[in-house]
Amino acid sequence: MRNFIQFLTKNSFIFLFLFLELVSFTLLIKNNNYQNSKIVNSSNFLVGNLFETISNITDYFYLKTENEILRTQNSKLLSAEKKSFTKIFGNTVQINDTSYFQKYVYTAAKVINNSTNQRENYITIDKGAINGIKPGMAVINSDGVVGIVKNVSANFSTLISMLHQKNSISGKIKASNYYGSAVWDSDKNQYNTAFLKEIPNHVQLAINDTIVTSGFSSIFPEGILLGTIKSFELPKGSNFYTIEINLSVDFKKLSHVYIVKSLLKEEQTQLEKLNQENVN
Amino acid sequence: MLIDGIKYTIYFLLLVLIQGLILNNIEFSGYINPYIYVLFILILPFNTSKYTVLVLAFILGLSIDAFSSTAGMHTSATVFMGFLRNYILKLIEPRDGYEISSKPLAEDMGIQWFTTYSTILVLSHHLFLFFIESFKFSQFFTTLGRAIISCVFTLLLIFIVQLFNYKKASRR
Repeated sequence: MRNFIQFLTKNSFIFLFLFLELVSFTLLIKNNNYQNSKIVNSSNFLVGNLFETISNITDYFYLKTENEILRTQNSKLLSAEKKSFTKIFGNTVQINDTSYFQKYVYTAAKVINNSTNQRENYITIDKGAINGIKPGMAVINSDGVVGIVKNVSANFSTLISMLHQKNSISGKIKASNYYGSAVWDSDKNQYNTAFLKEIPNHVQLAINDTIVTSGFSSIFPEGILLGTIKSFELPKGSNFYTIEINLSVDFKKLSHVYIVKSLLKEEQTQLEKLNQENVN
Repeated sequence: MLIDGIKYTIYFLLLVLIQGLILNNIEFSGYINPYIYVLFILILPFNTSKYTVLVLAFILGLSIDAFSSTAGMHTSATVFMGFLRNYILKLIEPRDGYEISSKPLAEDMGIQWFTTYSTILVLSHHLFLFFIESFKFSQFFTTLGRAIISCVFTLLLIFIVQLFNYKKASRR
């Protein structure tokens, strides 16, 4: 017995070590078994309160990620909105679930490259073929029309920006429904204005009238904001107005966009092609 | 003695807070997590009794575990490190022993001594910790790599902290 006590005292350091290790391993195994171990974890009062305070502060740093999530959710909701569906039957059919089907689907994307000062401005986004992006799809953001998809790689796509001399988007005056084509003047090279052409001279116009997409092109859904009328004039001897519009999208600070996939585009273009062939 | 006690308590709180609130949130590429809190065990004075070191290591580990909800993990690793410290100090003791007034810091003992001392202890702590964390040997080399890389970063941080002390000491 005395030997044993001697042995204990002689090696007391090692025994203390082993004892503490035993305690910590017990904790470890217990904690693994019951995730909510009540002895030591971050939900206890002191550390929990501290973490809450810290989290209140650090939440601001995660706003960006949070926004990203909300944006994805938004695009899902947009796809589910009534505007994105089209009626199968005529007007007389009562609105119920089965009389609508999906016409537009929205995908959220991030702008990773953008230019505004060229004659032909392109935008690069971080979604590509693997996300189902195809050339010819419309791109919008929460403010309005951004551009049209031109080239697609596996993971990226380039868009013809609204600020492109060859870009022409079918737009209409929301108040009167007269439609024309919205183009950008590359000579003037202003990133916040464009022109609406082909509006006949008998139309009543007012400054700040809203211009939206007409939906004729089968690329853009109807009613996406293009901008507002900045100024208009009727050149002498011309039948059409020259309308300058303020673009609703600020291309200088473009960061997140939605790609619009029109599910009926194929059908519409096929049908319209048929017309042309018949004429010829 | 009392002043020392207060000083080390402040060190303790500071290191736990830095570790729990800042460094635990840093995870470079999922491989590197520096654990600077072990500095507390490193800088305890030479004349601290080995039992005290063990108990302090236990409390330190528990506090860190409280922050990361990993009851026992850091505790076991830190206790292990506190246990080793006793032997390492004996192993690398200078020929004429430790001076009572000096502390296990780079400024007192020289960079070379401190490097050996801290590398051995930090590496053993990290290896212990990462293997306890993964709790298996199937990904032996991944775990080993993580431990070593994290160890390098911890040491880097420790040396940066020492550098601050160094400057202060030489300015006096």
